[in-house]
Amino acid sequence: MTDHTREPVEDADVCVVGSGPAGALVAYTLASRGYRVVVLEAGKRFDRDDDVRRMEESLRPGDGADEVWDMGGERDAYTSSGDRRYPLNAARVKGVGGSTLHWQGMVMRLHEKDFEMSTRHGVGRDWPISYDDLCPYYARAEDEIGVAGADDNPYAPPRDEPFPLPAFEPSYSDTLFKEACDDVGLTMHSVPNARNSEPYDGRGACVGYGTCQPVCPSGAKYTADVHVRKAEDEGATILDCAQVELLETDSQGDAVEAAVYTTPRDTHRQEADAFVVACGGVETPRLLLLSRSEKHPDGLANSSGMVGRCFTEHLFAGSGGTVDEETRQNHVGFVTSESHALYDGDEPTPLGTKLEFLNYAGPSPSVAAMEADDWGDSLLEDLRDDYGGHVAVGGLVEQVPDENNRVTLDETTTDNLGNPVPDVRWGVGEPTKEAIRATNDVQHDVLDAMDASVGWTVGPEETGPAYHHMCTTRMGHNADESVVDPRTKAHDLGNTYVASSSVFVTAGAMNPTLTIAALALKTADHIDEDI
Amino acid sequence: MELTRRDALIALGGVGAAGGAGAYAVSRLDRTDEQDAERVIGDLEPVAVVVYPSEVDVTREFLETYVVGRIEDRDGYLDGVVDALDTLDGYTRRLRDEGFADAPPEKRDDLLRYMGVDEAEPEPDGTDAERVRYYVVNELQYAFYTSPVGGKLVGIENPVGYPGGTESYRRGP
Repeated sequence: MTDHTREPVEDADVCVVGSGPAGALVAYTLASRGYRVVVLEAGKRFDRDDDVRRMEESLRPGDGADEVWDMGGERDAYTSSGDRRYPLNAARVKGVGGSTLHWQGMVMRLHEKDFEMSTRHGVGRDWPISYDDLCPYYARAEDEIGVAGADDNPYAPPRDEPFPLPAFEPSYSDTLFKEACDDVGLTMHSVPNARNSEPYDGRGACVGYGTCQPVCPSGAKYTADVHVRKAEDEGATILDCAQVELLETDSQGDAVEAAVYTTPRDTHRQEADAFVVACGGVETPRLLLLSRSEKHPDGLANSSGMVGRCFTEHLFAGSGGTVDEETRQNHVGFVTSESHALYDGDEPTPLGTKLEFLNYAGPSPSVAAMEADDWGDSLLEDLRDDYGGHVAVGGLVEQVPDENNRVTLDETTTDNLGNPVPDVRWGVGEPTKEAIRATNDVQHDVLDAMDASVGWTVGPEETGPAYHHMCTTRMGHNADESVVDPRTKAHDLGNTYVASSSVFVTAGAMNPTLTIAALALKTADHIDEDI
Repeated sequence: MELTRRDALIALGGVGAAGGAGAYAVSRLDRTDEQDAERVIGDLEPVAVVVYPSEVDVTREFLETYVVGRIEDRDGYLDGVVDALDTLDGYTRRLRDEGFADAPPEKRDDLLRYMGVDEAEPEPDGTDAERVRYYVVNELQYAFYTSPVGGKLVGIENPVGYPGGTESYRRGP
């Protein structure tokens, strides 16, 4: 239940800023161990009973799909100053549950090589932790989220436990891709999905609305408000519409003393013994930069100067077209088959690259009918002509962290509270462009093997971000070149931790949320040890 | 192919929620809304005949169930659709000596296009054509093509927006 007074919690042990998957899992874990936990969330608590209405808004032209989760406006103002415009508000949600409210829900573990990119490939830096360090936390994260998967991926890192839920079966179009991939020597396998293939943890199985992104009306797709509710059941307090403006340190500047937050009514100070910044890869560095003070003139936890640097994304590479047969697309909104053969196969690409065989290639007749400039019999004829033989293979390509890609404060533009907005400076370097070209070549090989007529390709010039914000408060042993230590505690502060993809050292090409969740569970364990 | 009450319930996303046949009847609305709903059902029918494929028989039970469901589920729907239908009718009367419903079907098609509804962006607070597109044409299209009844005509029995389960995506043609 929402506390409309939104007063600070007295004698809080832990204050968590942000209620996405990282914040929610830290809060739940520590609350269940008896700590007094308060979560401050800038966005509101959405009534999930309205999700069918949200789905309709997302499908109907004119209703503003980007506004499904109320993003935009002064609170969410930002600027974009890099080589490429970054559409930040399409990439995130502020609200209880964070960006999992609109995510696709693909949950792969990083591969072993991702932790050793410098050693293995001379790219980026090695992580200060290994896959083995994170492995037990991956297993816990999969249980918490309820991952549907199968142990059929020959390239996946080793695992000790089965997935908690069986994988979704391959689609009909997957069977067409399978023949083509066999021809070109690519191994296909299942996809770990954060959606229920059967009932799990009080939530029902997927019923096939086909609108996973941006909203799953059935609740089969995992969203982090699940663990916010669990945290509340364990005694945690969640304050929504509570925008944290800065973190205040003690007089020595050695530890954070309070989070200053503003609600629709008032401004408050939330004190706690430990603080967790869990605001994603953009708002996390922004909050640290906004928390500058006499003791920390360049921003909090920023003695290395690395806060906000190395803003890193995954790039989309893809191609699609049509084949001379029906492919049965757009029945579901998720992917059931991938290939990690380029990632860890016989000749792995230096940068991570994974392929996804889409189940939603081509137009959805539902949406096309509402966008058409026709109706009646002629519309039906057009819809029949357009629907039928579409195929598409997408993929994510790793971006090399680059210090020039960064999140800073735009001092010339302010948000609803008068604070400088984040400026996202982002571009795509040549190594990543080369990897995208190489991915396109393989995608074309697959489509050629299907005798597909290629209709479109997203290559290095057309590519866009996958909305995975990483590496802006990187983890490392050395306080001179990283923001947090291997336990995700800020080097410069005695009681402040970061739970976010911002602590990633390199990006890999695996969707980041399972790693975010695993790191959050690890962070919670360290806080438990420390306080 | 006749559109049924069940088709409308599926389109509303609430099969069974209404508690049985006839549940979404105009008579369950309050008196003011009841009168408006009757007008909407009557005025939607001649539009639906044009907007839907000719092999579809538009029935009162389909429209009544859908309209009543929308009135109850969507704030602003009734006012919006009444205004849009009145706008369409007024536009027709300025061009012809009859209302939209009285024009023959081929003329209704022409009237909608002449008004610019075919190329209008659907906007609930937009121009006359944009509001007709949003509240009338796209309401009808949403009801039809996010449902199996419309999807099957195209070749997809589980169209986006319909919770048709996780079997159909695995089936071949």
